[in-house]
Amino acid sequence: MAAKKFMFVNRKAPYGTVYALESLEVVLISAAFEQDVSLAFIDDGVYQITKGQNTDGIGQKNFSNTYKALGDYEINKLYVEKESLEERGLTQDDLMDLVWEDEDDDWAEKPSIILVDRSEMADVMAEQEVTLSF
Amino acid sequence: MAMLHIVNKSPFEKVSFRSCLNHVKPGDSVLMIEDAAVGALDGTSFSDKLKTAMGDVSVYVLGGDLVARGLSEDRMIDGIKTVDYAGFVDLTVKNETTQSWL
Repeated sequence: MAAKKFMFVNRKAPYGTVYALESLEVVLISAAFEQDVSLAFIDDGVYQITKGQNTDGIGQKNFSNTYKALGDYEINKLYVEKESLEERGLTQDDLMDLVWEDEDDDWAEKPSIILVDRSEMADVMAEQEVTLSF
Repeated sequence: MAMLHIVNKSPFEKVSFRSCLNHVKPGDSVLMIEDAAVGALDGTSFSDKLKTAMGDVSVYVLGGDLVARGLSEDRMIDGIKTVDYAGFVDLTVKNETTQSWL
């Protein structure tokens, strides 16, 4: 069976609702089926991958470190929308340094985050065969 | 009759936070919890709306919800006060009534 182009669209902040965690779990499951997986972070979804998350004060599990493991599952296309960051007073410097190792390039560490503008994000979405929205 | 307005939705996703600010009275307090904590940051598409309201009302944020989302107090709009859960309780006691903007 040929791999299909899957995109997971993340639009919610973490912890206030369960969407972010549920998305992450399905993403990890999809990795087991060796599909061509991309993630999109738009609107409040950009808060899912901010660095320095500390959930000690709210009694919930901090799952942000799991995003750092995605590269090991060959999930290395994390599209982040510039306009969504800007509207929220954020820049790429506020995001975690998410990387993957390229086995075809002597395991060189490469960035997983791909910063795109709104129209580029629309183009990436248009290329997908399956889109799952959270 | 001072009222404590509790908001828990992101101002970038739902209109409840804006609607709250459109209905507050001078002397009221607004407390941001859960996803609403992201509204505390300065330099956003929402910060001017909150700054305007802050002339008449006191604005608070639950600190734990802010740092859970990777945001720090030094990025907040000047004048917003951080509270913990005990401070949350104090606010409910200090105000005659509360309203949750779900």
